[in-house]
Amino acid sequence: MKIFKFKSYFAIATITILSTTVSCERGFSDEIAVAKYPLTPEVFTDFPVGLTDAFFVSFDPAEGANVNGFGIDERDAYRGNTSIRIEVPVPNDPDGNYIGGIFLDRGNGRDLTAYDALTFWAKGSTTAEVGLLGFGTNFQGDIYAANLSDVTLSTAWKQYTIPFPDASKLVQEKGMFAFAAGTQSTNGLGYSIWIDEIRFEKLGNIAQPRPYIFDGQDDTITSFNSVEMNASDLGVTFNLGNGSDLNVNAGGGYFNFETSDPAVAKVSDNGTITILSKGTAKITASQNGIDAKGSLTINSLGDFELAPTPTQAASDVISIFSDAYENVNIKFYNGYWQPWQTTTSADFTVQGNEVLNYENFNFVGHQFDDPTLDTTSMTHLHLDVYVPGEFPAGAKLKITIKDFGPDGIDTASDDITQEYTIDTADLAANAWSSVDIPLTLSPRTKVGQFIFTNDGSNLTNFYLDNVYFYKQ
Amino acid sequence: MNFRNQLKSNIPQWLSFSGIAIACVTLIMSCNPDETQLVAQFQTISMHDEFNDDGAPNSEIWGYDIGTGENGWGNNELQYYTDRAVNAVVENGMLKITAVKEAYEGSAYTSARLLTKGKFEQKYGRFEARIKLPWGKGMWPAFWMLGSDYDTVGWPQCGEIDIMENRGSEPTVIDGSLHGPGYFAGNSLTKDFDLINDRFDTGFHVFGIEWGQDYVNYYVDGVLYNQITRQDVEEVKGEWVFDQPFFIIINLAVGGNYDGPPNNATVFPQEMLVDYVRVFAAE
Repeated sequence: MKIFKFKSYFAIATITILSTTVSCERGFSDEIAVAKYPLTPEVFTDFPVGLTDAFFVSFDPAEGANVNGFGIDERDAYRGNTSIRIEVPVPNDPDGNYIGGIFLDRGNGRDLTAYDALTFWAKGSTTAEVGLLGFGTNFQGDIYAANLSDVTLSTAWKQYTIPFPDASKLVQEKGMFAFAAGTQSTNGLGYSIWIDEIRFEKLGNIAQPRPYIFDGQDDTITSFNSVEMNASDLGVTFNLGNGSDLNVNAGGGYFNFETSDPAVAKVSDNGTITILSKGTAKITASQNGIDAKGSLTINSLGDFELAPTPTQAASDVISIFSDAYENVNIKFYNGYWQPWQTTTSADFTVQGNEVLNYENFNFVGHQFDDPTLDTTSMTHLHLDVYVPGEFPAGAKLKITIKDFGPDGIDTASDDITQEYTIDTADLAANAWSSVDIPLTLSPRTKVGQFIFTNDGSNLTNFYLDNVYFYKQ
Repeated sequence: MNFRNQLKSNIPQWLSFSGIAIACVTLIMSCNPDETQLVAQFQTISMHDEFNDDGAPNSEIWGYDIGTGENGWGNNELQYYTDRAVNAVVENGMLKITAVKEAYEGSAYTSARLLTKGKFEQKYGRFEARIKLPWGKGMWPAFWMLGSDYDTVGWPQCGEIDIMENRGSEPTVIDGSLHGPGYFAGNSLTKDFDLINDRFDTGFHVFGIEWGQDYVNYYVDGVLYNQITRQDVEEVKGEWVFDQPFFIIINLAVGGNYDGPPNNATVFPQEMLVDYVRVFAAE
């Protein structure tokens, strides 16, 4: 879930199916029309069962999903004659650097309450980790999504099981299957995935559910009125029939959320938390009467003071991150640089204003090199920085502005940088500090990156807003 | 259950090599499938405990083994057995044996082992219990019996009938076994039973044997899954030592040679719930 963003927009990829199988499929659908919602267990055998031709719906191509690599293999199957074949694209594929999508029931959905797991057989052309495999993602809220992260496929057919977090919730599900795969585990080499015999089953040997929220951690955050966030890292640990434990990621709809103080923070049925007033509230959850491990304690400081509204004319600004201007094309506000970066993002929106929030901070980068920026006419870089909670003594924030040099790409050989350190005295607890850094970098015709570090201080959490170059 | 504590260390190492035991069982299966055998022919009850009275288990039927025995009851088990209510109590119509992770008398876990030795012993008949098992790596629940001459002749000469034992890491599988002189520990006469589309830690199941002069029949929920005969025993050059009264043992071990120690994923405490124990006389 952490690699791929699923947006409600989606493209439709249709695959051609032999006419004989289409007629067979329609016959089956008529047979089971007596049920309130179909109980059909099969999703794909030698053909999609109980689904239309356009059953595959890709994740959003604008987010990098490649719609080209999905099809049917008529020569290789675990059982029968055909299987689903997925070509995982390489990172620089112009049509998208990962492939993923769902099998959508375009009818009324199915009643899955009699089953307890989705099972399927799969293999890869090479040993690879598939980012996501599951069901319940339906582009209608995904509240009953259930899937596994980073599933290792081998080159031989193997059966996989996705336990239902709670079958009683699945009275009318339309998301019959979901997958997403990139080349993170294969060093950028493309590969093929085969999937066959996808069906819902009553295995009867999946037991001992142990639900968790926030990855089972008891987290504490400082926040403000009107901030909205979602309960995250939800799942259930099951013990399978072979005695092994398995973690299934589960959508918010499977949980009953509670707040210790509804006046401070409310939480919706699906886990959306909204902060209402100053104070402390603890968010917990349960599932089928079992308390979920993990919680979120929210220390609300009350009304959030927005960063000062910028006053420069838009024509004098090149904006990286601000609601006041149109931002240039951004690759990322957090590059998750491995292996040393600990910084995580907890960005939030408050009073309609987006704010970057870095937690567990040691260093983090912004990249905006598509294209790089000619900032020759700009004189300053502006930032607004906010340090929430108790001020860490000696906190400092260093920013490095990097020009990618004549080649315009991020190579150490010809890159040049300007460093600027915001001193302890220029930062404040629970307040915005505005910083204007005179640009000395020369030339600065191909600026593509910022690197923020705490310069060895104990600054571990801060907010950032209104990051832009301007001309004085 | 391998009751080895009186045996010291004179068991030859090769005897516990599982390959030998497996080969042996295969041979027995192939020459002795009696499909016409009926389960539960013996209907006259001779002893039963329905565990309906809350509190300590009925002391007229049940005693306790306390402590760690010798070398973890002969099996490198990790628990200290107590008679405290935290480890064994009757409540809600069940005998509840609880394995607790706690430092106690030098052990890292506590649990309980109840036995009818000197209180109820019977030769032949039908012995069954309805039990819901614990789960997780390192759990070793068992419902089993030893010969009443155990104190005088020792193990394995006294004989051991394992009606049910389970590895916590295999929630769908139980074993039923016979141990005696020449066939014990890893070389016992044993067979497993794999529950299909269900598991032993999510509901109650009946584990039983029907034992006569020349055979022991093993069943789960009325499904007869094995018969071991006097002839089977004698074919492995063993002595049939099952013509004397036996006493019943119910226990929940932690760790030991059977399933190995618990791991980080093992959840504590774990409960073994016994709905009833019923014994019927041979007719």
